[in-house]
Amino acid sequence: MKKIRLATIWLDGCSGCHMSILDMDEKLIEIAEYVDVVYSPYVDTKEFPSDVDLTIVEGALSTDHDIKMIKKIRANSKYILGLGDCAITGNISAMKNLFGSEAVLQRSYGELADTNASGVYPSKIVPKLLDKVLPLHEVIKVDYFLPGCPTPSDAIYAMLRSLIEGKEINISDYTRFGK
Amino acid sequence: MKKIIIDPVTRIEGHAKITIDIDADNRVSDAKIHVTQFRGFEKFCEGQIYSQMPALTARTCGICPVSHAISSIKACDTLLGVTPPQAGINLRKIINLAQILQSHTLSFYHLSSPDFIYGFDAKKEERNIFKMMQTHPQMAKDGIMLRAFGQKIIQTLAGKRIHPDGLVPGGVEKNLDEATRDTLLAEIPNAIRISQESLAFFKTNLTKFQKEIDSFGVFPSLFMALVDEHDNLEHYDGKLKIIDSEGNVLQEHISPEEYKEFIGEAVEEESYLKSPYYKPMGYPQGMYRVGPLARLNVAKACGTARADNELLAFKALNAGKPVLNSFYYHYARLIEMLYAIEKIEALLKDEATLGEALHRTSKILKTRAVGCSEAPRGTLFHDYEVDKNGIIQKVNLIIATGNNNLAMNAGVKQVAQTFVNAEDVTEGALNRVEALIRCFDPCLSCSTHALGIVSSNIELRDHNKNIIQIFKRN
Ligand code: SF4
Repeated sequence: MKKIRLATIWLDGCSGCHMSILDMDEKLIEIAEYVDVVYSPYVDTKEFPSDVDLTIVEGALSTDHDIKMIKKIRANSKYILGLGDCAITGNISAMKNLFGSEAVLQRSYGELADTNASGVYPSKIVPKLLDKVLPLHEVIKVDYFLPGCPTPSDAIYAMLRSLIEGKEINISDYTRFGK
Repeated sequence: MKKIIIDPVTRIEGHAKITIDIDADNRVSDAKIHVTQFRGFEKFCEGQIYSQMPALTARTCGICPVSHAISSIKACDTLLGVTPPQAGINLRKIINLAQILQSHTLSFYHLSSPDFIYGFDAKKEERNIFKMMQTHPQMAKDGIMLRAFGQKIIQTLAGKRIHPDGLVPGGVEKNLDEATRDTLLAEIPNAIRISQESLAFFKTNLTKFQKEIDSFGVFPSLFMALVDEHDNLEHYDGKLKIIDSEGNVLQEHISPEEYKEFIGEAVEEESYLKSPYYKPMGYPQGMYRVGPLARLNVAKACGTARADNELLAFKALNAGKPVLNSFYYHYARLIEMLYAIEKIEALLKDEATLGEALHRTSKILKTRAVGCSEAPRGTLFHDYEVDKNGIIQKVNLIIATGNNNLAMNAGVKQVAQTFVNAEDVTEGALNRVEALIRCFDPCLSCSTHALGIVSSNIELRDHNKNIIQIFKRN
C-alpha cells in the first residue's frame, strides 16, 4: 500500500494542537505505518515538499510569511485540514485584532521594555505582522475542519483513520468548539 | 562575506530562524537566533476578568500550559488574598510536576534523542522520532509512554491534557479520591524504570559527544532559579536565588514580587523575543541562564533519594562549581524527570492530598499580584494589575525561554564558530547549530507570549548584514 504523504505545520498557534497529535500516544506508532511524515516541526525538512497528500495546519495567519506559506501549502497539497479553533476561526490568535498590531507591539516593546536602544519594534529579519489575524479559509480553500482548543486527540485519530480507510465519519461526534 | 540562514529551525517548539554572519576573512563573526512569531497576550488580556487569566494565558503555549495556569492562579490567589488548602497545594504541585515530566520527555525523546542515536552527521531524513519507531521501537515506545503518563496525570487531576480547566484560583477544581490515586501510583514503577534507562543511555553515550560538550554554549553566566527554604529544588513555590558562574550567591530569598528590581527586559530589532538581563549588571552583561541546568546548579539538593544520587555525579562534572556546558541541559533534564516521578509518588502518598482541595472566595483584596513558578524551561512570571472589580488593567509576562535569550545567542555563536566553515558549509555543522538551540529546549510559541515564533533557516550574511545565501538545506 502506498503511504500517505503527510505534512504538518503550525502557523500562529500555541502548538497545543500539535501536542494533541502526540497525545494519540501509542496510536501514533500505528498511524506511522500508513503515513510518511514529509514535513513537520517533528522532522528536519526545511523546504515544503511539492506533492503532499494531506497537510494539517494549526494556527491562524498573522504575518506576511504565514500568507506566503499557506499559499504554497495550498498549491502543493491535495488536501488541507484546519486543525483547531485558531486555524478555523482565529480564536486566541485573533484576539489581538481587538486592539490592532500597532497597540499590541507598542505595549510589549515600548511600555514593557527596560532597554530599547533604537526605540523601535522588531522589524528586521522577522516577518511583518498583518493588520488583522485571519483564519485559514479567508485566504485559501480548506478541505477539512477539525475544531477544538486543542482538537481532541481522539478526533485526530478518527480523522486520520477515516482518510487511511477511505471511510466517511461524522466529526461532530468527536469535537466541540472551544473545548 | 556571506550570511547563512537556517529557516525554519526544526525539532524545537516554536518558530525560529538563525543567521550566521561571515566576515571578510571568511570567518564566522556572529550568529543569532530570531524569533519570528508575535502573539500579543500582554495587550489583549487587558479588559478581561482576572478569573479568565488561567485559561487564557495557558493558551500561550500548548507544551507548558500548566505552567502558565499555575503562575496565573498563584497571582489570582494573591489578588483574592487566599491560600489554598493543603490538598489543593499538593494537587497543584503534582499537576505541575507531571507537566515537567511530559515536557522534558518530549524534549529528550521526541526532539533530541535522534541526534544521540544517529549522530549529528546523520542524514536529515533519519533524524526524527518516526525513524526511531523503526530502528529503536522499544525506546520510542518508552518515550511515548512516559510522556503519556505525565499527560494522563494532568488529565485525571485537572480535567484535560492540554489547556486543562481544573486549575483555579483558590486551589484546584477537583478533589482526588483514593481509588484514582491508587491507579496513578500503580504506574510509578514503570515510569521510574524508563527514566533510569534514559539516564543510563545518555551517560553511556556521552563519550561520543566530547566536542559538542566542549563547544555547545560553554561560557560563564549567572544562573537563576526558585529554591525552597532548604535551598532544594522547587518548581511550584519558593524564593528566587541568583548565583554567578563560580557559585557565589548574588541574591537569595528574593520574593517574586520584587522581580523588577533584578530583571530588566531589552528589545532587539531582529527578534520578537525580548532579552531579559540581570539589572545590577546591565545589558547585555547581565546574561543569566534558567531551566534544568540552572536549577541543578542553584539548588543544593533535589530532595528525593534517586535524583539526589544522580545529582552527586552531575555536580562532580565541574567539581561542585556550577556546570557551564549547555549540552548538559539534557543531562539535567533527565535528572529532573526522575525527580518529578519520585516527588509525584511522595505527594500522592501524602494523606493530606486526599482532602478538600478548593478554598472558595470572590472578593478582590489586592490590585497587583505576581505569580511565579518554575516552568520546564525556567522561571516564569505573571504580573497582573486589576481594578477593584478584578478587571485586568495591565499584564507583564516574563517567559521561561525568554530568560535564556542572551545565552542561547551566545551559544549559537560559539557553535557556529566551532563547526561552520564558510567555504564548505556542511549539513552536520548546521544541524549542530540547531542542536545547540535544542539544548535549551526553547519554547518559542510561549516565549514570545508569547510574542512569537522562531523559524529556522540559516542565513549567511556579509559584514554589512546583507544576505548572501539562504540555506534551505535540500
Ligand atoms: S486552537 Fe487552542 S490549542 Fe490549538 S493552537 Fe489555537 S490556542 Fe492552541
